[in-house]
Amino acid sequence: MRTRGYKSALLIAGLLVGLVILPHFLKYHHQDFLIFLTINVLVVVSYRLVTLTGEWSLIHAVMMGVGAYASAILSKNYDLSFWLTLPLAGVAAGTMAALLSYPLFRMTQFYFLIGSFATGEAIRLCWIQFIQPFGGTGGISAIPSPELLDIDFLEPIPYFYLVLIIVCVCVFLLYRIEKSRIGLTLHAVHWKGVLAESVGVNTWNYRALAFITGSLFVGIAGALKVHYIGTVAPKQFDIGFMVFILIWVIVGGYRTFYGAILGAVVLSVLDELLRGVDQLRPAIYGATLIFFILYLSGGLEKLPQNLKDILRSRQQGDI
Amino acid sequence: MTILEVKNLSMQFGGLIAVNDVSFAVNEGDIHGLIGPNGAGKSTTFKVIAGFLVPTGGDIIFRNESIRGRKPHRIAKRGVVRTFQETTLFQELTVFENVLIGVHKEAKTDVFSALLGLDRSRQIRASNTANEVIEFIGLSERKDQLAVELPLGYQRVLAVAVALASKPNLLLMDEPFAGMNPEETRHMMGLTRMVRESGVTIVLVEHNMKAVMGLCDRLTVLNFGTVLDDGTPEQVRNNPDVIQAYLGGG
Repeated sequence: MRTRGYKSALLIAGLLVGLVILPHFLKYHHQDFLIFLTINVLVVVSYRLVTLTGEWSLIHAVMMGVGAYASAILSKNYDLSFWLTLPLAGVAAGTMAALLSYPLFRMTQFYFLIGSFATGEAIRLCWIQFIQPFGGTGGISAIPSPELLDIDFLEPIPYFYLVLIIVCVCVFLLYRIEKSRIGLTLHAVHWKGVLAESVGVNTWNYRALAFITGSLFVGIAGALKVHYIGTVAPKQFDIGFMVFILIWVIVGGYRTFYGAILGAVVLSVLDELLRGVDQLRPAIYGATLIFFILYLSGGLEKLPQNLKDILRSRQQGDI
Repeated sequence: MTILEVKNLSMQFGGLIAVNDVSFAVNEGDIHGLIGPNGAGKSTTFKVIAGFLVPTGGDIIFRNESIRGRKPHRIAKRGVVRTFQETTLFQELTVFENVLIGVHKEAKTDVFSALLGLDRSRQIRASNTANEVIEFIGLSERKDQLAVELPLGYQRVLAVAVALASKPNLLLMDEPFAGMNPEETRHMMGLTRMVRESGVTIVLVEHNMKAVMGLCDRLTVLNFGTVLDDGTPEQVRNNPDVIQAYLGGG
């Protein structure tokens, strides 16, 4: 056990060093891509917490928007500093989730799926309809970027480091939650809710807890995103983006913590690599998805295990 | 002393009356059997007591307080815990983890304590409780095995362990001997007695008459949703109405 912990610590350290050096070898638009990818890692990891209770919501992208709009409005209209609006974005999304828990968790399964989608659309339509303060379809632009000493956060590399630090902290916190007693109870609520109840677990509370905590962290991700692009619009958080989140998590695998991260990274990089062949891009992307789902039904997370098995059988064959 | 009192309990599903004006009392420290032919309303009575159904009439008094219509987790917190008819376990988890989930009251934590590690001493205590329960129930050697790998008899034992981990005062066992061979039944009977010795009152629903007669201090016989008889196994065994209900006729 200890050597395994040692190994994964080494792996994570190596990965972080790689990520710190990486942007210096990339072109400008690839640096942008890296920032969005890092933010999306937080999006899928926070979504994972919500799915741990077995409820796949379709409102996660909108919750990201709640955080994004909160941060944009607070910093632009009320002149609050980014360092204050960033946590407030999380609080806003978390509070919204807490309020929505009452109607949403009266439903389960398909009804919950549809209910969460409808609620999300209602929120999105509010952003479009209430031009004050949300700015309608065009959204809000000229959102100030963070200020700290003399660092120019309009440049991708400094902003990337900022995002990397915040995302790493958030992902670590989410990991701690999943590995704590709370994670075990969420697992219990998911797989045998009735049994969990019969030993005193308030299942409603735990479903709401996962939803609120997941929303809080994705709210932070939303704020990180819009303070870099400088604009926030309803389109960024539509069902199209939600479907991407679902695809990342499903293709990556939802049995392990790193599965969702793997899915987001591999599929986003693939999508980016196809940028050269624009006409073929959707077709190749779609074909790859089908391939993954058909031949890697356990998700990308099972890939290392599969490779190990293949290698082992090879070695045995040689002897 | 009475620990649980079921008063004029009725449970109606649409036009079907599953439980009709049922009353009985369970003495503290007893093993109390709830028996009757198929469809007599035993399982429904059970579900109502544990809070999985809200009764359409009557009341349930646990330790002088009504628990009628409360949510299962609230009833569990007060010390009334049920086991399930089918083997309901976390198959993908180890024996230890299963029991640890049962230790919910002790181990419950909030996000901040979990993140900051403030709940460590509580979690250690919870692990200790889980280990004690596993030792008590005799599963120490299989502690790290996955539940799915256990033979059926042991899975049932584990299910009792999960319930015991939540420190109940009253344990409701739903058909604990169903599908067991004589050896496993004997083992489970010994275990049930052991649980009672440790101070837990037990109510069980069961079809296995031999086990029921050998184990229970008191029996309540249900038939067509009403109480047919109530008394010691001796009394019940010799009641002609009970014999008739079981052998058919009326």
